[in-house]
Amino acid sequence: MKEEYAVILAPSTSYAIQIERLLQKSGMLCKLIPVPRQLSSDCGVCVRIYRENARTVLDIIRGAGISIEGLHEI
Amino acid sequence: MTISPERLVYLDNAATSWPKPPEVAAAMADFMERTGANPGRSGHRLSIESARIVFETRQLVAQFFNAPDPQRVVFGLNVTEALNLALHGLLRPGEHVITSGMEHNSMMRPLRLLEEQGVEVTVVHCSQQGCLDPGEVEAAIQANTVLLAINHASNVTGTILPVGEVGRIARAHNLLLLTDEAQTAGAYPVDMQADHIDLLAFTGHKSLYGPMGTGGLIIGERVDIQRMRPLKQGGTGSRSERETQPEFAPDRYESGTPNAVGLAGLAASIRWLQTRGIEQIRSHEVALCQHLLEGLSALPGVTVYGPLDAEYQTAIASFTINHMLPSEVGLRLDDEFGILCRVGLHCAPSAHRTLGTFPDGTLRFGLGAFNTHDDVDMALHAIRQLAGEKTA
Repeated sequence: MKEEYAVILAPSTSYAIQIERLLQKSGMLCKLIPVPRQLSSDCGVCVRIYRENARTVLDIIRGAGISIEGLHEI
Repeated sequence: MTISPERLVYLDNAATSWPKPPEVAAAMADFMERTGANPGRSGHRLSIESARIVFETRQLVAQFFNAPDPQRVVFGLNVTEALNLALHGLLRPGEHVITSGMEHNSMMRPLRLLEEQGVEVTVVHCSQQGCLDPGEVEAAIQANTVLLAINHASNVTGTILPVGEVGRIARAHNLLLLTDEAQTAGAYPVDMQADHIDLLAFTGHKSLYGPMGTGGLIIGERVDIQRMRPLKQGGTGSRSERETQPEFAPDRYESGTPNAVGLAGLAASIRWLQTRGIEQIRSHEVALCQHLLEGLSALPGVTVYGPLDAEYQTAIASFTINHMLPSEVGLRLDDEFGILCRVGLHCAPSAHRTLGTFPDGTLRFGLGAFNTHDDVDMALHAIRQLAGEKTA
């Protein structure tokens, strides 16, 4: 079965890494990847998560008061 | 004649600490050899690893000063750059800023330039020991005052200024407080929230025991980022589709490739400080400094400046020998005794005017975590000998 992902776009790499650390601490699988071109022309990275975890992940990020730029299925 | 490094007594820690914990150079070599890539630019594993190191350092710095948000830790070259960012970023013509009579030129020079551009500057005088009366700061507040900007400890005498009390005054009058922590960061407890500091300027290479070229400004939550202009504009690795500067921290203030190798070293030095404990280092330095101050004060022909009580200052002794120029004494200490210190005005003419030591300045011994009782004894022995020549 093909794995289904979503990505979280952050204002900058610094925020993407903050989110990565937060998710790792909460035991959520994630990986930093370059932002897919169709989503943004940014040269930075975004946080890739499993789509099924999206709701939990968003709750964790919001709970920590970190602002994000969006969540997109890829 | 060459002096072996073993024979040198390094008493110039107030200019930059030396030696550094071995972990610092190890972390920097490791970064150069294994990571190396540009943080926050490309998306590959080494770039991400580099960005992780930079972010980790941000978190360590935030934690160290009890700052609420690591993203508001803005890295730069040193305290000078941080103070320039805060002062030029915030102050507009017609606004008023209050500073002290014990400041370094890193504070006074940007303020004097801003004064020429229409910013009103009040310098609150300090006592001859370098002490600042918070009541006088409060009395200097005007309707157009926006900022109180002071150092936490003088680089000339080590005198610790009452930052917490000035912070309370700033809050009561809805003003911002900017502190220059050049001499205190790592050497004396600094708590951004308890001390009500809104903008904290620090350097990595002094009592934080990190490499030169590291430091920054921590921006508190009361500071409006949109209002505070960056010193420079450029690439940040974010919002690259736009030709205007990002409006969020830290990117707004961190254009260009950062000193990631230096920050790797700074992270190692902060971890070293956390393991060793700054209270433990502080009590070591207080004991050495008290010994130094008492020893110097007891010597005929020697005048020591500042509070003369190690508890009320950082580990500095600023002094003169009657009828001898500090520059001449400094050279002889180096040549004849292998003792390295700093002489002159220490980039702080304003502080020397307060002390009455302008324009010749003083000799300054700056102690650090790696100095020993023996180092202090050797320094006292040398000064006794040099001062003795003049009084004999």
